[in-house]
Amino acid sequence: MEVALCFVVAALFAVALYLLLSKHIIRMLLGVVLLGNAVNLLIFTNGRIGPIAPPIIPDGAEVPLEAVANPLPQALILTAIVISFSFFAFLLVLAYRAYQDLQTDDTDRMRVAEPEDEGLPPLGY
Amino acid sequence: MDGLNGFDADLGYLALALPFIAAVLAPLLTRVMKSHAAWLLALAPAGAFWIFLSGLREVAEGTVHRFGFEWIPSFDIDFSFRLDGLSLIFALLITGIGTLIILYAGGYMKGHKDQGRFLSFMLMFMGAMLGLVLADDLMTLFVYWELTSITSFLLIGFDHTREKARRGAVQALVITGGGGLALLAGFIVIREVTGLTSMSDILAAGDVLRQSAAYLPILILVLCGAFTKSAQMPLHVWLPNAMEAPTPVSAYLHSATMVKAGVYLLMRMQPALGDTTLWMTILPAFGGVTLVMGALLAVRATDIKITLAYTTVASLGLLVMLIGVSSETAIIGATLYLIAHSLFKGGLFMVAGSVDHGAHTREIDKLGGLARSMPVTFLAAMLCALSMGGVTPFIGFLAKEEIYHAVEYADPYYIAIAAAAILGNALMFAAAFIVALKPFVGSMPAEIHDPHEGELRIWLGPLVLGVLSVVAGLYYGVYHEFFSSPMASAAYGEAVEIEIGWVPHLNLAFALSMATIALGIAIYVGSAALRAVLSRMLAAIGWGPDMGFDQAMRGLVRFASKVTNLIQSGRLDYYMTTVVVAVVVALFASMWLADGFPEMPTIPQIKIYEWIVLGLILLGILAVVIAKDRLTAIVSLGIQGFAVALIFMLQGAPDLAFTQFMVETLSVVILALVMTRLKLSPADHRPLREKLPDALLALAGGAGFGLFLLAVIQTPFDSTLSDFFERYSYAIAHGRNIVNVILVDFRGVDTMGEIAVVMTTGLAVLALIRIRVGRRGERTIDPLEKTP
Amino acid sequence: MRTIIFRFTAPYLTSLMVLFSIFVLLRGHNEPGGGFIGGLIAASAFAIYGIACGVAPVRRALYFHPMTLAGGGLILAVLSGVLSIVFGIEFLTGLWAFPTFLGTEVALSTPLFFDIGVYLVVVGAISTIALALEEREDD
Repeated sequence: MEVALCFVVAALFAVALYLLLSKHIIRMLLGVVLLGNAVNLLIFTNGRIGPIAPPIIPDGAEVPLEAVANPLPQALILTAIVISFSFFAFLLVLAYRAYQDLQTDDTDRMRVAEPEDEGLPPLGY
Repeated sequence: MDGLNGFDADLGYLALALPFIAAVLAPLLTRVMKSHAAWLLALAPAGAFWIFLSGLREVAEGTVHRFGFEWIPSFDIDFSFRLDGLSLIFALLITGIGTLIILYAGGYMKGHKDQGRFLSFMLMFMGAMLGLVLADDLMTLFVYWELTSITSFLLIGFDHTREKARRGAVQALVITGGGGLALLAGFIVIREVTGLTSMSDILAAGDVLRQSAAYLPILILVLCGAFTKSAQMPLHVWLPNAMEAPTPVSAYLHSATMVKAGVYLLMRMQPALGDTTLWMTILPAFGGVTLVMGALLAVRATDIKITLAYTTVASLGLLVMLIGVSSETAIIGATLYLIAHSLFKGGLFMVAGSVDHGAHTREIDKLGGLARSMPVTFLAAMLCALSMGGVTPFIGFLAKEEIYHAVEYADPYYIAIAAAAILGNALMFAAAFIVALKPFVGSMPAEIHDPHEGELRIWLGPLVLGVLSVVAGLYYGVYHEFFSSPMASAAYGEAVEIEIGWVPHLNLAFALSMATIALGIAIYVGSAALRAVLSRMLAAIGWGPDMGFDQAMRGLVRFASKVTNLIQSGRLDYYMTTVVVAVVVALFASMWLADGFPEMPTIPQIKIYEWIVLGLILLGILAVVIAKDRLTAIVSLGIQGFAVALIFMLQGAPDLAFTQFMVETLSVVILALVMTRLKLSPADHRPLREKLPDALLALAGGAGFGLFLLAVIQTPFDSTLSDFFERYSYAIAHGRNIVNVILVDFRGVDTMGEIAVVMTTGLAVLALIRIRVGRRGERTIDPLEKTP
Repeated sequence: MRTIIFRFTAPYLTSLMVLFSIFVLLRGHNEPGGGFIGGLIAASAFAIYGIACGVAPVRRALYFHPMTLAGGGLILAVLSGVLSIVFGIEFLTGLWAFPTFLGTEVALSTPLFFDIGVYLVVVGAISTIALALEEREDD
């Protein structure tokens, strides 16, 4: 399963990066979502996949009685999912607002912060 | 000198702190007491002066006080100070003249709205300068050194509404600050070579330094610091431009104190670095050129303040030249001249300020006949000018005689030095009287209305300094015993006796002195003609270091702008490409360097439903890329997301699966909400030649991550952390769901940071939406207002 | 989206989901669940309610502005950490008490309050985003 997941992670990364490289905000947003999943699966696979019992200690026991799945990557990913979602939501609204103001989703034409011909800064004192 | 019971280190700290304390109080006091605050503030330097005076007798007897505390023990750096002849006399000059200057500034800046700020900067500078000359540890010295540059920047740019003042300030900061950095580098090399950071130890390790291979770099770096601060050609340009500052600044920083910092450093390091061929060549060469050129430019200038500025440049050149000669007589001459110069130049600058104050102009051609209306100023000016001209019995005479003694040897080296000294001194003699005599004699031009003597504080300073110049000359025995001898001994590195008195002896030195005065009188008489000739010559050259500075600064801005445009093209796709390329390179390079490429994996043996889930993910992401309409893209995104959730579910992570399900649902919902309104197609309409490089890069990135992950899972797994959590989750955190326990207990701080991020994005989204509403002003939806 | 059936069932669905989310939150320490998941369930519930019946009824039902909930949650989380400092142990170290309430032993702990804080932050922030976007649909 780990090896198969490696290939899935590679595919997810490839597609996410491809989408991020395109110049359209909406495609880049889709890429951000995929990138989040790619990274989560990467962490998950890194923590090794073996026992499929959830990491829960049964009643009356002090430690898990059988081998359980690695809890550490799960904790890391759980917060990562929520964070990447709120990040995605923020980007979505930002893109939406930028589109309303600039009437484009082409990043080449979004030049408000760094205009094309800015000229020299003042040379005096 | 009774009652001076010796120097106390605790009081030494107080003396170092007093100017800074006064600097903090200055704005407040000025607001309450107006210009009278200067009387009170002058008590700070006066107090410090008294504290230092108490050490005079001990130091004259050869005692060296060291005090301080550990600062950065791991680097052996201390915050420490050293009081010997050299630093004590400097400290007395700084605090003594400082007292007079603060009073002078109180009168000069009377009624100025920013007088409090001005006095505060002045006192801050005083504290910095005091620390500079007293510092023992090199890093302590460097900190104070840069502090003087910064305070000087603030003072030159004090009148910051004028562009010229701003330019002067920037120029001074760039040049002296840059020199300071070179000095820091020099100090670091010194530490590398000797392992020492304290000046006292380094002075004892002079042979190690002189014989080390790093002597040349050390010398060059230290000289860069000293020459920029002490305005040696061609780095002198900032000093005349610094005359944009109010006159008290020029009188204090740019004659008596700050510009002497470089000379101080050379005197201080002379026992450790001096007496080598390099030292004895570089210093006199720069100093000599600076002396002659500075003196010529002084005579050419028409503004009396600029004249004085250039004579200061020339004097600094003379001092550097003498320190370069390194002989006992030369060092004594430099010492005598340095003290004399601080007194008469400080006084003359204050006189120039008084003239400006009284007659409202500083142009030499428009001044004349002020003696009757400004008699005290005239008296002070003459005292100072006579000292500057080297007329007996003033201390300027003692200095000049001693300098000419230094050149009594019939050797081409000394003859060249003597020639430069005579020419420079004669020109400075003329300049002194141009400033001190010309404005006061002759007929008064009609443009001057109602010239008047300033108040007590205005004329007190120059008068005291002028009187001291003659008193010290007359009582040269006491003067030498307590002031010049201790200083010269510290600068020379061995105890020296100074005997020179004001009574002229008929010898070669006296003859040279007379020749200088005669030449000076001739130049004074012909100064108008000389000025015209020099002006024509300079106009013919048409270019100078001052213009060079502007060109360098403009070039720097242009270069910075080009680099910025290159690095920050403003195009998101370039930035993204750069990031992805960097990631790909990092991945492959790290695997390649560590020889960590994975081995060929075996075909995975997994269950059929796992194949289906993995296939679903691949199908979903493929559909996202090729989707032609919004619905397909959103649904495909959802499919791959749910498939990932299924993987979590199958592999023992129910918490993750639930979270992923919820998040995917919400993502699809809000994406649909936004995309339907944007009316944008998710399809990529770019031509193939643009898509292909992106695709290849993305494939390389995917392959990099895949190979990296493969390589990682082929290494043995270290389960220490996971085992810890499994063992202690219930035992010490009373929770059975290990994932949740990690989140809210073991790694609680982490989670707290994460919920703060979630909350911040919520706020940011809210702000983004609300800005729109507010600007349109059509709908008054206020999402923060709760609707009951 | 605003079919009558949907609009009719949405309030009940929402109440059930919110109730379920609280259940998930509280059992989270010992069974699958916790603040993050519970918060997401509750936020989805409000999002569904908003899609079905419009944003205004949701705001009325929430009474507080969702961002206020989130802020309160963050403060609760920080306070549950600070409480440990008051007791002289390191910030965020768990404190436990097992008082008997009506004959049943109840486990009270700072991690529980911390988790409730997480829950509130997630509910507040995500509802804010969802409602803000739904609101724009009206114009």
